[in-house]
Amino acid sequence: MKKLIVAALSFLLANALAVTPVLAKRLLVKVDGSSTVYPITEAVAEEFQGAMRGKVMVTVGISGTGGGFKKFCRGETDVNDASRPIKPVEVKLCRENGIDFVELPVAYDGIAVVVNPSNSWVDYMTVDELKRIWEPSAQGKVTRWSQVRKGWPDREIHLFGPGVDSGTYDYFTKAIVGQEGASRGDFTASEDDNVLVQGVSTDPSALGFFGLAYYEENTDKLKVVPIDDGKDTNGKGPVTPSPETVKNGTYQPLSRPIFIYVSSKSMKRPEVKDFVTFYLKNAKDLVREVGYIPLPDRAYDLALERFRKGITGSVFGGKGAKVGVSIEDLLSIEK
Amino acid sequence: MRGKALQLNPNVIKRNERVDLIFKWVAILSTILAISVLAALLIDVLSDGAGRLSWKFLTSFPSRRPARAGILSAIVGTFVIMGLTAAVSIPVGVAAAIYLEEYARKNWFTRLVELNIANLASVPSIIYGLLGLGVFVRAMDLERSILSGALTLALLILPIIIISSREALKAVPFSIREASYSLGATRWQTTKNAVLPAAMPGIMTGTILALSRAIGETAPLITIGALTYIAFLPTSPISVDGTFPFIHLSFEWLKDPFTVLPIQIFNWVSRPQKAFLVNAAAAIIVLLAITLLLNAAAVYIRYRFRRTWK
Repeated sequence: MKKLIVAALSFLLANALAVTPVLAKRLLVKVDGSSTVYPITEAVAEEFQGAMRGKVMVTVGISGTGGGFKKFCRGETDVNDASRPIKPVEVKLCRENGIDFVELPVAYDGIAVVVNPSNSWVDYMTVDELKRIWEPSAQGKVTRWSQVRKGWPDREIHLFGPGVDSGTYDYFTKAIVGQEGASRGDFTASEDDNVLVQGVSTDPSALGFFGLAYYEENTDKLKVVPIDDGKDTNGKGPVTPSPETVKNGTYQPLSRPIFIYVSSKSMKRPEVKDFVTFYLKNAKDLVREVGYIPLPDRAYDLALERFRKGITGSVFGGKGAKVGVSIEDLLSIEK
Repeated sequence: MRGKALQLNPNVIKRNERVDLIFKWVAILSTILAISVLAALLIDVLSDGAGRLSWKFLTSFPSRRPARAGILSAIVGTFVIMGLTAAVSIPVGVAAAIYLEEYARKNWFTRLVELNIANLASVPSIIYGLLGLGVFVRAMDLERSILSGALTLALLILPIIIISSREALKAVPFSIREASYSLGATRWQTTKNAVLPAAMPGIMTGTILALSRAIGETAPLITIGALTYIAFLPTSPISVDGTFPFIHLSFEWLKDPFTVLPIQIFNWVSRPQKAFLVNAAAAIIVLLAITLLLNAAAVYIRYRFRRTWK
């Protein structure tokens, strides 16, 4: 009996090695990158696989915008989710490996500044006040609310923010402090935004920032802070973040476009082309469903055109996060 | 003088009794603390997730709609990875233990090897992830596949398997070996027929406990690039069709991408929608159940096959 089994197994093994696999190799589209863009890509992947009836498989990983670009520029992935434009070092890495890319905006996201609901003194904040709190020189110095604005109580400020690897942190520092990646270091950082929600909602002295979707799911536990950027051209006075104010460009400077980057090498494969086309055609509904703010129809059309023509490179000049890009700006660059 | 030394001082007795009582209560409190933390965790997870558990949850792929999402790809990934990890690490680990225990001469070299194995057992798992990324994914070009993941986890638990197998082999009395030698058996015959069967329960217990450690590992798998969203299963290893010899074996699945339960849980926990947190709790219950089953198997084997040496 034992010998029979061994014989049968070795027979099977031999024919598996000898006969070329009858199975067609399945078509795979590999996506990785930002956790902010992940929910959108997940939704598109789910719908796309359904529409293709299992002929094409899509995998989506999360390794952050930067971590994703490292894989993307080595040619390990086809598409990269990015919550900020590509940076010069990443452009260089891609070029070294002969990878060119097409940059496609897929949605808008707002960054919400929040405090504890029991915080009665904060009615709004200006960009300057936020800068005074978050800039590197504030470390160890600006520690009390009374130092931010006269009349605010003499209480400690406890700061919460995303980890320094996230695109949200990159964008916030660029928009508020003025330099990407420059901030004080003495704040509670977490890659998991729910940890930040938890932190701010249980600490009366807290001030934090994270993606708007996390505020919208927790409006009962948090108080959102309207932001005044001091420019009257895009809405007078403080503006409260909401899908409307992000979309109409009045919630500035904490609104930003988010992207996918498609490798020009992978683009030649029909399954990748189909996936990206499907992405741009269905983004509008799916983006809204997962809690982000869709671009105007025209923006998706322009992106599709850009993709079809295979126009490579970044409209941001490969310089990383750029502040105050409204939908109108974006459209005019896209043209 | 001697008489005095033996005399019992009532104060000393009283003090010792008091210390004894204090220690007893410290020990009891420590136990209560440990158990109540565990109980709180279990009750919290059960109350959050038990309602979400259903056959559909176990057999659906992940989805953007929390109510429709399931853990099929994560469960299959976990079992496939664990199976392959066991298939790689057990033979190598046990063979290494047999060499060190039965064959190797005790000299500076074996001592160095032993020291290194003991050290490796306490290396943080993320380091193994980086090793896996460098060696399996990049240098050997195995991609971010099931094979890379299983080999990485196999390396991670290899030291634990070697150490526990050696302990099991050590526990076999030398008289067993002598009896075997006296019958004219060679060293290999002795190991195969006498020592290994006697040590088997111990080896299996250690191995299962090592596997149940590996099953909860997230860091090394994230490092080598296990995926978060994957809504298909690995290629089937066996396919049947009309061409001779009708049943075909395929090893394509070794190269397939994968996800595992801890990664799926990690992803759901960090989503803004609360319904995903419920999904995470339900997935945690499944993961806990699998770990509990493994540990129960280890305990069962330990009791069922326990031998007493006379």
